[in-house]
Amino acid sequence: MAINPDYLGREYPAPEVYEVTRGKIREFAEAVNDPNPVYVDRAAAKAAGHPDVIAPPTFPVILGMAGSAQAIADPALGVDFSRVVHGDQSFHYTRPLHAGDVLSAVTRITGIKSLGGNELLTLETVATADDGEHVVTTSMMLVVRGE
Amino acid sequence: MSSRLRHADVEVGTELPERTFPVRRLDLVRYAGASGDFNPIHWNERFAKSVGLPDVIAHGMFTMAEAARVLTDWTGDPGCVVDYSVRFSAPVVVPDDDEGAEITVGGKVKAKNDDGTVAVLLTARSGGAKVLVQAKALVRLA
Repeated sequence: MAINPDYLGREYPAPEVYEVTRGKIREFAEAVNDPNPVYVDRAAAKAAGHPDVIAPPTFPVILGMAGSAQAIADPALGVDFSRVVHGDQSFHYTRPLHAGDVLSAVTRITGIKSLGGNELLTLETVATADDGEHVVTTSMMLVVRGE
Repeated sequence: MSSRLRHADVEVGTELPERTFPVRRLDLVRYAGASGDFNPIHWNERFAKSVGLPDVIAHGMFTMAEAARVLTDWTGDPGCVVDYSVRFSAPVVVPDDDEGAEITVGGKVKAKNDDGTVAVLLTARSGGAKVLVQAKALVRLA
């Protein structure tokens, strides 16, 4: 099954805004076993110059995963999710995410190519605060392994 | 935001303290829940083997998060991360036992920039394999 090249450049706006909460940040930090106090302790976060607790650097993958799920859910894109492994991932920050952020995310298909019997799908998600400020751009490349 | 580590205290070639992180099946279940990535290759051995993998493998993003701890514990403030990118080069295979697997992460300063940022190259190994390559970060230091 080949990925449909006509989908290059297609955009998937998140259906609703993403509210960054203290509870979700704590859950994520605990799941990666990271005890850094700036993720859970407002006083520690403020002492480091942040308005509230901040999210770990890889937290925005939640937005990227949601966007890629929207894309992959379209059967016409032609991705067999059972054969997907993660190829690469990047984050580019204007500033860290913090509790209280209300983010709008748009995911775009930025790459479709074949390589050595596998197919590579790259999706980029841009997250913007409610005042229009860019917060983070995250890009993921998924490898759809050949049969 | 301000890092504990100061730009003036870092040189090209400065090594970040190496750390080893455990990964057990429980960690993968918790990470699946927290991240929303329920791909069965990360928790279902039967499924993982049916698609040609040796066993359940860790989420690449779990490994990327552990590697970030070496970086953010070194700088003191995770908020100073400007860029962070990795390529997943081999899976972290997590057996169904009490020990699980281990990921060993190190890093080295590759460049010191006039704008107050520092470029770091991270390494991550598990079970004798390099599990991350081109693991690069740019951090802004005080």
